[in-house]
Amino acid sequence: MRSFQQRLSDFTSRGVHVAAISVDSKEINENHCRKMGFTFPFLSDANADVIRLYDVLHRGAGPSGADIARPAEFYVDRAGTVKWVKLTENIAVRARPEQALSAIDAAARSQ
Amino acid sequence: MDLANGGGKIDMKRKWNWPIWIGFIVAIGGLFSYEFFAQFPVTRDFPWATLVLFGVGAVLLIVGLFRAFGRPQLYRGKIFGSIFTLITALLFAFFAYEIFYVLRQVPLSAQAPRVGQRAPSFSLPDQNGKEVALNDLLSPNGAVLIFYRGHW
Repeated sequence: MRSFQQRLSDFTSRGVHVAAISVDSKEINENHCRKMGFTFPFLSDANADVIRLYDVLHRGAGPSGADIARPAEFYVDRAGTVKWVKLTENIAVRARPEQALSAIDAAARSQ
Repeated sequence: MDLANGGGKIDMKRKWNWPIWIGFIVAIGGLFSYEFFAQFPVTRDFPWATLVLFGVGAVLLIVGLFRAFGRPQLYRGKIFGSIFTLITALLFAFFAYEIFYVLRQVPLSAQAPRVGQRAPSFSLPDQNGKEVALNDLLSPNGAVLIFYRGHW
């Protein structure tokens, strides 16, 4: 997440928004963003409705067996079509901003 | 050290067997530094920094054990060297289990939206309490959605 914040200007210069989604409450997100200096939206999906909608729920993987989101990244173009998906096979390995940026550039070229 | 007279009796002024201590500290430090190294993608994707520290610790522990068991009249460490090595081995087993098994237990997400499909629309509150809809994020040129495990 830090790396996306560091490269945020590369996304905004391409007209692309970045948003993070988890089951964390608005309050946790507010504190965390203030502490870490995150300026892009951190969306609170406390009941994991959207997380289920995207089928990225990780049952029982949270604190005391709570359902949380697995790491997953999507690039959705302006028409609402998914152009890039990254579903990691290892929780520790997440998409890097460079991968998302090259997916955005590839999608722009193919239009 | 007096082998001629001692006849196997252990001299209490044996040398400090430093590789056992340093090796143990390096290995423990390796385990606890995982959180630190996990901040950086280059040491998070594969935890080689922690594995290197475990490796260095293991080599030192083995050197220390060879000294303790090979020349017990000269070096301390038969008992605590064995205990430290056992603890390190158990910690490494725990670490390897977490890294190479637990972290890979990720759901299939077979129904996740695929390339070419429409992203399901949604609306959620952001960190300031403002409702943000997918549609708000899509102009002018789309959005990157990052689902993550959360902070606890």
